[in-house]
Amino acid sequence: MDKEKIDQIIDKHEGEASSLIQILLEIQSENHWLPGNALERVSEKLNVPLSRIKHIATFYKAFSLIPKGRNEIHICMGTACHVRGANRVLDTVQDITGIKPGETDLDLKFSLETVNCLGCCALGPVMEINGKTHGKMTPAETAGILKNYE
Amino acid sequence: MSKINLQIDEKKVEADRGMTLLEAAKTAGIWIPTLCHYEKLEPYGACRICIVEIGSGSSTKLVVSCLYPVEENLTVRTKSEKIDRIRKMILELLLAHAPDSFELDELAKEYGADKNRFDKETSFCIHCGLCVRYCAEVKKAHAVGFVDRGAKREISFVPEIASKECWKCKECFPLCPTSALQAAYVLTEALTSAVPSFKGEPEDP
Amino acid sequence: MSRINSPSELEELRKSILSERDPDKPCITLCTGSACHASGSEGVADAIEEEINKQGLSGKVDIRKTGCHGFCERGPIIVNHPDETTYLQIEPDDIPEIVSMTIKEKKVVDRLLYTDPSTNENIIHESEIPFYKYQERLVFGSNGSIDPKSIEDYLAIGGYSALSKVLSQMTDLEVLEEIKKSNLRGRGGGGFPAGRKWEGSRNAPEKVKYVIVNADEGDPGAYMDRALLEGNPHLILEGLIIGAYAIGAREGYIYVRQEYPLAVENITLAIKKAQEFGFLGESILGTGFDFIVKVHQGAGAFVCGESSALMTALEGRAGEPRPKYIRSNIKGLWNKPSVLNNVETWANVPLIINRGAQWFSEIGTEGSKGTKIFSLVGKITNTGLVEVPMGMTLRDIIYKIGGGIPDGKKFKAVQTGGPSGGCIPEEQLDLQVGFDELTKAGSMMGSGGMIVMDEDTCMVDVARYFIEFLTDESCGKCVPCREGMRQMLKILTNITKGMGQEGDIELLEELSEVLGVASLCALGRTAPNPFLSTLKYFRDEYEAHINEKKCPALSCKELISYYIDPEKCNACMICFKKCPSYAIDGGKNRIHVIDQEKCTKCETCFEVCPSRFGAVKKVSGEPVPPSVPEEKRTIIRKSKKK
Ligand SMILES: Cc1cc2nc3c(=O)[nH]c(=O)nc-3n(C[C@H](O)[C@H](O)[C@H](O)COP(=O)(O)O)c2cc1C
Ligand code: SF4
Ligand code: FES
Repeated sequence: MDKEKIDQIIDKHEGEASSLIQILLEIQSENHWLPGNALERVSEKLNVPLSRIKHIATFYKAFSLIPKGRNEIHICMGTACHVRGANRVLDTVQDITGIKPGETDLDLKFSLETVNCLGCCALGPVMEINGKTHGKMTPAETAGILKNYE
Repeated sequence: MSKINLQIDEKKVEADRGMTLLEAAKTAGIWIPTLCHYEKLEPYGACRICIVEIGSGSSTKLVVSCLYPVEENLTVRTKSEKIDRIRKMILELLLAHAPDSFELDELAKEYGADKNRFDKETSFCIHCGLCVRYCAEVKKAHAVGFVDRGAKREISFVPEIASKECWKCKECFPLCPTSALQAAYVLTEALTSAVPSFKGEPEDP
Repeated sequence: MSRINSPSELEELRKSILSERDPDKPCITLCTGSACHASGSEGVADAIEEEINKQGLSGKVDIRKTGCHGFCERGPIIVNHPDETTYLQIEPDDIPEIVSMTIKEKKVVDRLLYTDPSTNENIIHESEIPFYKYQERLVFGSNGSIDPKSIEDYLAIGGYSALSKVLSQMTDLEVLEEIKKSNLRGRGGGGFPAGRKWEGSRNAPEKVKYVIVNADEGDPGAYMDRALLEGNPHLILEGLIIGAYAIGAREGYIYVRQEYPLAVENITLAIKKAQEFGFLGESILGTGFDFIVKVHQGAGAFVCGESSALMTALEGRAGEPRPKYIRSNIKGLWNKPSVLNNVETWANVPLIINRGAQWFSEIGTEGSKGTKIFSLVGKITNTGLVEVPMGMTLRDIIYKIGGGIPDGKKFKAVQTGGPSGGCIPEEQLDLQVGFDELTKAGSMMGSGGMIVMDEDTCMVDVARYFIEFLTDESCGKCVPCREGMRQMLKILTNITKGMGQEGDIELLEELSEVLGVASLCALGRTAPNPFLSTLKYFRDEYEAHINEKKCPALSCKELISYYIDPEKCNACMICFKKCPSYAIDGGKNRIHVIDQEKCTKCETCFEVCPSRFGAVKKVSGEPVPPSVPEEKRTIIRKSKKK
């Protein structure tokens, strides 16, 4: 990732070590993942040990240390979606894409994540792709929707 | 400094204000098992084996002695059927990861813990954090840290730092309750995987 | 906008805002909360705008995009003011008719109204729909009538008058006493009395103190905090500022999860506006009281909802709970006294100040005062957010407000309290909701998740689900939680897969005891609750899984088989075509048969089989019936008359 861009983000937070998580979040949202050079730069500029940054980057779910696919699939695993059969939706997506939650396929077509409650329980089970919500999913429909993504 | 009087296992103990129950017990010659505790480090309270019971009558409570501060007139029990049961379970859970640890083995004998109660997942590390904390708090090197969370939590050396700092130090090895196995293992692995990055383009200063 | 410098200036501004608003002017309010957004409210909003212009009404009708109204099942929702005609499940195509009929001619479009399923009558006004009728929407009610992005809207409904009252007429001690007297208990988890928590911080000798909003909302199935932050952010801010005044804090934080982008956006904007208007910053309302608020986004960790972990996260570290035996209201963020309260707790504060502790404590039960917002979700007809007085029975919430269980299924249990809570069975449905009542039943209030389960829900799987959730979300620091749950998850997973053994239940109970007393934080200590409560009320299900390898709810994949009832199969070939594993042998006029070897139990056939046939069946704990012999598989149809 571009060093200047990283510095810009760090400077915006006035280089405060307490803003570490906010800085990493911004890098993540800008770049879709946290490359090694970004972690090192943040460590250096904020004067925070790299070991702590690595702990944070792996502790919180929002961060990814590997590049993400073009299409990000989020499957809601909240309790409401669970009792309405979210597992079967997840199984279908895993079967079709060949990846498990947290993974990205080799063509960088899909990344798969599970999330806890998207706040659309009325529509459960819910699958979100690139921010678009697909509600009341069934395994059969899931397959149909995934076909639309390149 | 004013003294605090409390009672540990029927014994009257005089302790300094701010001491933990563990420290107070030690001054009175009462032994409490510990795994994640080390005097030179900040109290951590992760292994929970040093658990003791405080209070009397119907209002008793379990607390970990390596953290709980002494209080005037407190009654403390370091052994009971319940405490032993908890310690036994904690040991059994840990033995699934480090069945060959000498320290765990000794405690297992004391509490009748069964090494084979749970399926083995020999990862050696019991996450006491002694190496991590020693490296950070005493050596200020931060060469080893935790990664991930929950059941996936692990210790991990930061190759960039470890390759510079660790060979001349290694002071964390003897602290490891699982005979430094894991530390050594992870370190070697980290160092080998660090080699390519050295050959790569030099970082600008 | 220049800053408001005194309470009287605030009242003048309020008057001038109100004088510019004609209560009789038509106004369309549209719910744009997260659920409605997902059901397409954005498109509806565009259509309204376009249609108003097209029909030459621009300037004559106000359009207000509000936060969540609560009735998410039927979103997007439109309420037409001033007469409050309410339309549900609106699509952009409905808009021309609404504008020409309702706005222009003041006529009702019947087909868009709510129809009461029991009487088949149409209901025009929102407040008369049964879903709303039995609620008492004190905290949540304004959500439907204000644009969360407009501070003027909030002022128009009396916003910041509680703050003004506090700063001009009450001492900090009086504010504290009022909150104590109200008996307000925390809405985020444990139900700790807010006044007592505040008092501890207030009396702590340390000069620097903090107030914090817990908007991490980790309970997977609860979204009331999100709806409040998205729909009425100033209410929470006002509560927080009042709290800061009472305890003497000059700085506050809002810890909101990054997964809620709209909530982050709206609260950030609200802070900016409040600063401009002089409700935040230096010398608030000219009274000399200074206070600022910062937003901190959570990066995705359930454990960060726990108070000490949240504070660790605020300091910029991995959110591990701190092993302190000193409460965080004495030693919290940066080791300073810190009052952490839930979103909904803070939102109650302005109400109590405005209407008095006496009024507040008249609502609810002996131990639990006021109202509580629940997210009523799962197998329930009317999914949504409901606010009810404490003390309402679970039965009333589920049946009167929630409309019961859909598809003619039978109620089995309701789960409250999230991963720390438990399942409550049918025989306890007359339980009144309240902190102590729910705890006594083996569950807890938690943040207000209320997940309804029907006969198709497997209770062993529910326990497994929560333990799996927590195994992933635990910080992993202490042994009982990390290792104990790892083992519990293994055992529970085995049971749901038909590999349960004798002694499993006892071992789970033993692990539960150790987790419950020896874990470092409340995540681990309460983790066994979903298991213990399902065991208490549904032990037979555990035993059926272990002893008979049977899932009575026909839910655990590994324990069920699908087959086609030859009597009912009409050879429509739908399942044959849809089965992703090509496991169905069929054809025209041939009774279909599922090849058990190939079946992956994805349930597609079960879903797609037309309900008038209902030929796909599930069994558990027994083999599928033998399939019809080949020669009998041809269906001979009676010829149809033309
Ligand atoms: C694992 C865990 C997760 C929690 N998550 C939340 C949460 O998401 N929101 C919340 O308000 N409280 C949560 N709590 C409760 C908080 O620790 C704390 O009690 C609460 O925010 C205090 O506010 P209240 O007194 O207003 O309820 C959680 C507690 C635990 C142990
Ligand atoms: S109980 Fe669980 S979440 Fe809490 S400190 Fe221990 S490991 Fe972390
Ligand atoms: S020694 Fe006290 S918790 Fe580990």
